Amino acid sequence: MSKITTRPRRDRSVLLSRTDRVVLGLMLGIPLIVVAGLVWGPALVTVALSLTSWDGIGGLSDIQWVGARNYVDLATIYPPFWPALWHNILWLLVLFLVFTPLGMLLAVFLDKELRATRFYQTALYLPVVLSAALVGFIWQLMYSRDQGLINALFGTSIDWYGDSTINLWAAMIANGWRHTGYIMLLYLSGLKGIDPSLREAAAIDGASQTKTYLQIIFPVMRPINIIVLTITFIEGLRAFDLAWIINRGRNGLELISTLVTTNVVGEASRIGFGSALATIMLLISSIFIVIQLRVVLKGER
Amino acid sequence: MITRNTPFSRRRLLQASGLAAGTSLLSACGGGSAGSADGVVTMGSYQSDDVPKKAFAEMMAGFTGSEVKINTIQHETFKEGINNYLQGNPDDTFTWFAGYRARYFADKGLVGDISDVWDKIDGMPDSMKVASTDSKDRQVFIPSTYYPWAVFYRPSLFRERGYTEPTTLDEWLTLSEQMKKDGITPIAFADKDGWEAMGTFDMLNLRVNGYDYHVSLMAGQEAWDGEQVKNVFKAWNQLLPFHQPDALGRTWQEASQGLIQNKSGVYVMGMFMQQQFAEADLADDLDFFVFPEVDSAIGAKVVEAPVDGFMMAAKPKDEKLAKELLAYLATPEAVGVTVKSDPSVIAANSKADQSSYNALQKKAVKVIEEAEAISQFLDRDSRPDFANTVVGPALQAFVKDPTQIDSILASVEEQKKSIFATN
Repeated sequence: MSKITTRPRRDRSVLLSRTDRVVLGLMLGIPLIVVAGLVWGPALVTVALSLTSWDGIGGLSDIQWVGARNYVDLATIYPPFWPALWHNILWLLVLFLVFTPLGMLLAVFLDKELRATRFYQTALYLPVVLSAALVGFIWQLMYSRDQGLINALFGTSIDWYGDSTINLWAAMIANGWRHTGYIMLLYLSGLKGIDPSLREAAAIDGASQTKTYLQIIFPVMRPINIIVLTITFIEGLRAFDLAWIINRGRNGLELISTLVTTNVVGEASRIGFGSALATIMLLISSIFIVIQLRVVLKGER
Repeated sequence: MITRNTPFSRRRLLQASGLAAGTSLLSACGGGSAGSADGVVTMGSYQSDDVPKKAFAEMMAGFTGSEVKINTIQHETFKEGINNYLQGNPDDTFTWFAGYRARYFADKGLVGDISDVWDKIDGMPDSMKVASTDSKDRQVFIPSTYYPWAVFYRPSLFRERGYTEPTTLDEWLTLSEQMKKDGITPIAFADKDGWEAMGTFDMLNLRVNGYDYHVSLMAGQEAWDGEQVKNVFKAWNQLLPFHQPDALGRTWQEASQGLIQNKSGVYVMGMFMQQQFAEADLADDLDFFVFPEVDSAIGAKVVEAPVDGFMMAAKPKDEKLAKELLAYLATPEAVGVTVKSDPSVIAANSKADQSSYNALQKKAVKVIEEAEAISQFLDRDSRPDFANTVVGPALQAFVKDPTQIDSILASVEEQKKSIFATN
């Protein structure tokens, strides 16, 4: 930032009236309290609990401090941990590399005013409004080993949800089915908003369709691209519902989030151990959030 | 201004979503509230399905002491929220399970001592009293109904093919061989939700190592990687080739359908499987035999029969009324309502009217009366934080790849040591 832009701002702050300062204080203070109370507070409590052993019953005096034992246990003797970590990363990567680009590609095609484009839009968008429970159920009808559509059509007997070597991919396809439509609609609305004269100018200059898209449309779409990126990250990091619905995140569908739930919720109540897992998830999320923020904030200077 | 503001709100959004994912899970759902007016006793119920719910209301209507206010909570939600429910504002009385699952809450001081109610109970067998007693020798549980785990089959199929009920493992293997030749999957099998295979494990363990070993294994006092447990899996390995393949993607309902369609021969399940047959209008074509003997020195006289019933909150609003209600629920008349509406369970009270029992219920009564001991179930006889998070996945791993059993059991033992070291 240059000197010229900073000076008027400093001057302005001197001119703030009492009321302005109160208003400013409130506008900053209330969100700060909300963030601290609802985000940072619980996060810190989670980290603290991860160093304890507690079954969730009784007061604070029943909590035993066990140091880093939960972390040592989950890294060494808890078999689902490493697979879950890998599945989380895979889940995010597949969304990022397959389904988000697919949604964008479909949007570009649908933007071409194909015949029955409304029909395609509706068909592709429909899964987005369905709850994860319903998505899980619909795909159960497709995937079921004994009664499923896929096996009936192809005469196979593949156990899509049960075979731990493929069920993660089956779940990711079901999840991608929903994700693609979401991205498609977002991107399509962005494409519709682009000034047609940009395309015309490119066409007059003799640019090909691909070149027009890559060098003109894509950069112009930057705000939408950022939203798409953000949504992909959020969807990837919060991967939970579908795996939980399919088989409670066991047998090949382990995700850190399902392990947290298995340990914390229910009669099991290994609060300390579950908190250690939640802390790990927090760390992973932070890594991706930092990466994403750097991407987003770059170029906005 | 708008463009400059967005990164901040977006960042906050991301923080909120990222962190909330980790933290919001800490606050589990709370239980039902119990606003108690004078002369009303409250009952928290997990009987959320229509048919049992109606029978439950009918049973409560029979209590003459006062009005019973029933708070019905969805079955799974009730079970998952039980810790918070009991620590919050629980109902005076509530539905629960016998065994470790009942003792656990008694040891934590979350449920009330109802030994004096037991003094007045008539017709309850000693085995039920044992299942209702906590580690300090107090009774904390009122049994209502139970059901046996056994090997179910369709008598029509057995007649048609000339099969006979096996009584030993060898006979069962021969029968399975024959079924395989006849193009039938010998043993229906499902383990999608992780608890179904616990039934098979329990039965084999009871046959290979006996009841006392089962109890101490569940209490964490035996080595999971020891010879005894390995012998259980050796026996299982003999049967496994006859199990329905790809069990990890199948629900127990789907496996029951195999039996209904005559695609599978027999099925190791709880008697609640009868509900699937009733829906298919085949209720009369279902029978069972007790899990066959593996070792003649151990025999086949132990039956796994989980008991469902009632407990009292630690501090009920009106203790006298709550105890009167529990005493009523232990009577043959009260349980009679339930067993009539649900023919897949039998009454815990041996004086209950059995004239309405179907053939299956009558056989269940006979088998349990002849039993030397009654076990509950793996996840009812052991710590829930061990059974559900360690043993369930381990059994699934065994089903997936039986050759890995040694390393699976070594891992179970390591986790057991860590979990049982804490309170």
